[in-house]
Amino acid sequence: MSNKMHIKMNVNGEEQEFLAEPRELLIHTLRERLDITGPHIGCETSHCGACTVTIDGKSVKSCTMFVAQANGKDVTTIEGLGGPDDLHVLQSAFKEHHGLQCGFCTPGMITRASKLLEENPNPTEEEVRFGMAGNICRCTGYQNIVKSILAAASELQAAKEAAE
Amino acid sequence: MKDEVTTREDRVEALGGMGCKRKRVEDARFTQGKGNYVDDLKLPGMLFGDFVRSPYAHARIKSINIDKAMAVDGVVAVLTAADLEPLGLHWMPTLAGDKQMVLADGKVLFQGQEVAYVVAKDRYAAADGVELVEVEYEELEVLTDPFAALESDVVLREDLQGDGNGLPDGAHGPRKHHNHIFYWEAGDKEATEQVLEEAEVVAEETVYYHRTHPCPLETCGCVASMDKVNGKLTLWGTFQAPHAIRTVVSLISGIEEHNIRVISPDIGGGFGNKVGAYPGYVCSVVASIVTGVPVKWIEDRMENLMTTAFARDYWMDGKISATKDGKITGLWCHTTADHGGFDACADPTKFPAGFMNICTGSYDIPVAYLGVDGVYTNKAPGGVSYRCSFRVTEAVYFIERMIEVLAIKLNMDASELRKINFIKKEQFPYKAALGWEYDSGDYHTAWDKAMKAVDYDGLRAEQAQRVEDFKAGKTRKLMGIGLTHFTEIVGAGPVKNCDILGLGMFDSCEIRIHPTGSAIARLGTISQGQGHATTFAQILATEIGLPADSITIEEGDTDTAPYGLGTYGSRSTPVAGAATAMAGRKIRAKAQMIAAYLLEVHDDDVEFDVDRFVVKGAREKFKTMKEIAFAAYNQAIPGIEPGLEAVSYYDPPNMTYPFGAYVCVMDIDVDTGVTDIRRFYALDDCGTRINPMIIEGQVHGGLTEALAVALGQEIAYDEMGNVKTGTLMDFFLPTAWEVPNYETDYTVTPSPHHPIGAKGVGESPHVGGVPCFSNAVNDAFRAFGLTHTHMPHDHWRIWKTANELGLHG
Amino acid sequence: MIPAAFEYHRPTDMAGVLAVLEEHGDDARVLAGGHSLIPMMKLRMAEVPHLIDLQDVSGLGGIDVRTGEVHIGAMTTQTEIIENAELAQVCPILKEAALQIADPQVRYMGTVGGNVANGDPGNDMPGLMQCLDATFELVGPDGTREVKARDFYEAAYMTDREDDEVLTKVVIPAHGAGYAYEKQKRKIGDYATAAAAVTIVSDMGKCVQASIAMTNLSDTPVWSEAAGAALVGTSLDDAAVDAAVSAMLGDIDPTQDNRGPIEFKKHAAAVILRRAIARAWSRA
Repeated sequence: MSNKMHIKMNVNGEEQEFLAEPRELLIHTLRERLDITGPHIGCETSHCGACTVTIDGKSVKSCTMFVAQANGKDVTTIEGLGGPDDLHVLQSAFKEHHGLQCGFCTPGMITRASKLLEENPNPTEEEVRFGMAGNICRCTGYQNIVKSILAAASELQAAKEAAE
Repeated sequence: MKDEVTTREDRVEALGGMGCKRKRVEDARFTQGKGNYVDDLKLPGMLFGDFVRSPYAHARIKSINIDKAMAVDGVVAVLTAADLEPLGLHWMPTLAGDKQMVLADGKVLFQGQEVAYVVAKDRYAAADGVELVEVEYEELEVLTDPFAALESDVVLREDLQGDGNGLPDGAHGPRKHHNHIFYWEAGDKEATEQVLEEAEVVAEETVYYHRTHPCPLETCGCVASMDKVNGKLTLWGTFQAPHAIRTVVSLISGIEEHNIRVISPDIGGGFGNKVGAYPGYVCSVVASIVTGVPVKWIEDRMENLMTTAFARDYWMDGKISATKDGKITGLWCHTTADHGGFDACADPTKFPAGFMNICTGSYDIPVAYLGVDGVYTNKAPGGVSYRCSFRVTEAVYFIERMIEVLAIKLNMDASELRKINFIKKEQFPYKAALGWEYDSGDYHTAWDKAMKAVDYDGLRAEQAQRVEDFKAGKTRKLMGIGLTHFTEIVGAGPVKNCDILGLGMFDSCEIRIHPTGSAIARLGTISQGQGHATTFAQILATEIGLPADSITIEEGDTDTAPYGLGTYGSRSTPVAGAATAMAGRKIRAKAQMIAAYLLEVHDDDVEFDVDRFVVKGAREKFKTMKEIAFAAYNQAIPGIEPGLEAVSYYDPPNMTYPFGAYVCVMDIDVDTGVTDIRRFYALDDCGTRINPMIIEGQVHGGLTEALAVALGQEIAYDEMGNVKTGTLMDFFLPTAWEVPNYETDYTVTPSPHHPIGAKGVGESPHVGGVPCFSNAVNDAFRAFGLTHTHMPHDHWRIWKTANELGLHG
Repeated sequence: MIPAAFEYHRPTDMAGVLAVLEEHGDDARVLAGGHSLIPMMKLRMAEVPHLIDLQDVSGLGGIDVRTGEVHIGAMTTQTEIIENAELAQVCPILKEAALQIADPQVRYMGTVGGNVANGDPGNDMPGLMQCLDATFELVGPDGTREVKARDFYEAAYMTDREDDEVLTKVVIPAHGAGYAYEKQKRKIGDYATAAAAVTIVSDMGKCVQASIAMTNLSDTPVWSEAAGAALVGTSLDDAAVDAAVSAMLGDIDPTQDNRGPIEFKKHAAAVILRRAIARAWSRA
């Protein structure tokens, strides 16, 4: 069955238009069609969160969304959060606090954390652990991930206070 | 270049060498989504391969029809064993001296076994093709229990039956039954049994270490690209041992080794899963040769859990004897090892049960015996070292459980029993009863530090109160105190007794210093998250006096890196780290001659000082390493070749023996079986500490994997051989919510034979953590008569234990 | 894990949904958050030649707190449930339960309608809706009908909903009851080993009304009328709670799985229910 449909979406601020089978999973669209390889495939059953992206303000596991569902949406991946010239606070905090090892979960982890901090700018450790529970890391034991996110939160808060 | 204003401390700090908490150089790309994992690779014309897998654990294949699959738009080829047979590639050698079907040759031996390989233009067409390959199976009797397998008339491996004149030997000697793989032993059986017979006290227990899986977040995969014009094969993949893979590919394909380039790009965690060679690699290579274009194969999570590389599955029968006052006199262990359908264990050739013979642990045990029987069953092959050095985790789990069991038998405190029996500092190097020579240790110091840190006596008092409260009906929660003192054996290993498939287990480092004083070093290992690019540069910075930030570390490309056996078994620091230091010292030796020439003194009149050579007695006269590097390339120096390079292949004289003292405090709800880790203290002694930040990260991660294994993570089968835990719904990987914060601590007892005294740490927390969590669960019930209960300690099994002890009223 | 191909429909109104359902019968399935259906499709355990995405269908969202009852559109997500302050006032057990479902990402996508409609005995909302005596609104070719949550579930993945109907709304009667949603699970993201939804209304220290439903302990959610009745008229003394637990145990029928054997599940169900009752009573 080759019933390709016309898809339009905004990914990391860029309009994208292409033809795709509706069954194409968003993670494959990003990684293979658009060469946005930051989000990864870990479990494929929506348990691990390595494929996490932000869609219209929601943290979403892109392995469990068809490209057809994402038609017309705004998608942000780790690549859209920050790059060499404009690192996101979380990106530097993960490095500073050794919040990653193999790096495979990291893009999904940071993308999820960015949304968590938007919704809860001043979380407790418990809130971070609960809010990050959709992302599995096999390397770090989470302790330094939690530390990185709390540090990023403090930094964002300090920057906000300084601006006021 | 003169910098007298800086102090020596400033200069040391500027190097970013050993001992500092250097931030990781790998992190920039990973945090920005710019890692380079194998599935990120995209080549022109690349095809995608996918497997048809057996739904049955044991079945004969009556027929395979590929017609409908071939008719799918985008499907290019479907390979079966019949296609591979003319190439001699329908079977492949395993790391354990056995052979394994690449694609099912007449029958299947485990659920998920590879039956056919569909090659298509993308993964969607490949998956559609897989659905339409028609395979007719005839189900056969399934054997999932190794003890039953050894009694059964059912022959699993018909290929090993010989010509009717008795059962042929296996790779490790005679086999006593058609489902038997090997018997291997260490120590003195007769003497041990004699001691047991005459002992004042003997404790016995059967300890089962259940089957589980390393389950890195990135599954296994590869891209094979055969360049037919130039006759060159390039193979990118998730390989923990790229050079070994190159050699294996050459041996089985007939392509000369110089025409094969194996590249391990970034690897998303390994933990032992990515040591072996899998059918996916072979099929991808064949498919690329057949089609002339690159072929990618990436397994999905179910395939990963069901087929590539299980770990453990050891039934360990133990007996430990002691005097009435607790001095251990002997240890006896017989292990039944379930290896699944093919013996694909990743162990050094001479050690079919890995280093299980480290099972005398941290204790001075005069006599011991270990016997291991390997058995075929209808389960997946593997037997990899999941975050441990070749069955060390089984060994440590066994002895640390047996110590607890003995403590119960003796009615003695388990900490006290350990202290009575620890190998004493002055006994090192210590020759253990099962053959190994421990390099160094100071167990009493570590243990006392740990007991003090957690206020052990206070914990026991609190626990006693809790038991009273429980008995009085004031609480339904018990408190467990898990203790573990582990001794690992890592850094395989000396070539005289360690090889895999005949490949000696040395490792290597090659350094090139650039004229402006920066450098590149290449190693035979490959990081999977351990941070080699950060830590090996630190070793070199200290050894050669150039800043770590000016040193690039490169691994994983067999065309450029020197030959080495890869990263697993905590061998990178003990072996490749040593090679790095030794290569650095060669650089320094040449630099010394250059410095002496430049300073117009004799070679012996200069000495190395942090980042420079100084004239002895006139420290104001010096040449920095940076100046020396420039001179090495750009100044004619009589009798010295231009350039500044070195290579070292390091064959370690001995293994290293990291150790540690762990304490876990756990609350257990006896009604629901729910556990709560209240505290976990981990003291590690990995010898010289290269980067404390990275060590701490390794400890956190290893403990979390240990928690998972001890408290629920298993590969479970039903009696039909169906895998019951094939997705992350049922295969337990804890989230941030289920994991505690850990307290880390350390002592430093350098390895006397390692150039920088380092021992390796990546696996210690897993090896020590598993028994520590398990001991905590067992300890919670000790007051109610429990001696031992098997892992994994998930809710229902804990509940069952409590129920059997009558704690539910 | 690649799903089979399908035709994708994204209608903007119910008429459009019903037209596709009518045309394709049980070859068509509606898609809400997709976190139950998509994994099944990826494992090729669900074959769906026609997929009807409900995201653009007007009138399926929204939380409407009215006098005496709460109307929740089927496409309302768990996150929206959690974040709705008004709802947390009038029906706090919804938030308490929603927070115990899956993980943050899944809660952004997972909907109330999907959770109650697909008949998965592991889902948390069906038992909760039975406890709260909710009513489901179903729209089909013959118009709209209402079914009590307590009458909706027939077997695993089998409900009273016809193939050509869509569950569009959940209506929950307001209650001033003490409440608790208690769930034992192996980890975040897991289904319940045992879960209990309990509401209790008290008056002058006596229980005047109680409702109890259990999750993942049978092939459907189990509203145990007898368990609730055992509490009514008592001050929740030990005997009353024992009677409620015993009644509940008579109504559930758990099966063995990776979470444990039947005896354990019954034991856990009893413990979880006792805790839920105690917590609900403390809030009553």
